[in-house]
Amino acid sequence: MADTYALAEMFGAGRQELVDHIPHSARLGIRVVDVGPRVARLRLPFQPELIGDPVRGVVFGGAITTVMDETCGLAVFCTLPVMQAIATLDLRIDYLRAAEAGADLIAEAHCYKLTQHIAFVRGVAYERSADDPFATSLATFVVGSTPNAAPLIRTTPEDA
Amino acid sequence: MKAHEALGHIPYARFLGVEVRDTDAGIESILPFRADIIGNPALPAIHGGVVGAFLELTALLQAMELVDNARVPKPINFSVDYLRPAGPRETRGRAEIVKHGRRVVNVRVVAWQGDEEKPVAVGVGNFLL
Repeated sequence: MADTYALAEMFGAGRQELVDHIPHSARLGIRVVDVGPRVARLRLPFQPELIGDPVRGVVFGGAITTVMDETCGLAVFCTLPVMQAIATLDLRIDYLRAAEAGADLIAEAHCYKLTQHIAFVRGVAYERSADDPFATSLATFVVGSTPNAAPLIRTTPEDA
Repeated sequence: MKAHEALGHIPYARFLGVEVRDTDAGIESILPFRADIIGNPALPAIHGGVVGAFLELTALLQAMELVDNARVPKPINFSVDYLRPAGPRETRGRAEIVKHGRRVVNVRVVAWQGDEEKPVAVGVGNFLL
């Protein structure tokens, strides 16, 4: 994998502009924890309206899907040697246990393989430690979409 | 529990403004378009996570029809394939129980915009009853 990264100058903590151009991200209040080579970490602040199981007070799995999708996508951007459009091809989540009620959730993703057209990403979601995740994920992304796939293209940070 | 009733038990469903209706082909769920569910403002397109969440919610509502109390089935895993862009308009979804086991239910779900023959995404998940 390349050692040069298109987003290198954005690497570090709290670069909120990486996600603030995404309307739904702003609606959820997603925060950038930090990004680095092939890695991204985002935080989803706890909000009662995101609960899926009121008895247990657990955030709905789909809200975790959203922050996971965004974190995985950002990890791909943090892997590209040259900025290109990307699109999620598939995403799978395993819910290992219930997320802690009332806690902020952190998603961490690592792009472990980039080919000419496809990026492979794995992720974990946790409250405090990546060693104790409540969810894990696997995702693939199409990189450098064709004109036909143009509507799937994400806005890159540079486009925002 | 019926899907309509189940919706009221899930705050996140209200957050997305999801509705359900009965059709000849079964329960159909509806995700109204709102500007704040956009993931890509340049196109624009609905956030992939919201499409995935809508699929999972549709699957869950179908699974809840199998249980007779207000306990929400626990998701074990969920997998989404993104097939087409989800544009700035209403999205519909329909789920199908593939296997209703003693403890686990497997649910397949599809989402489309306008033309049901051209799904924007499909998903499959397992839920613990």
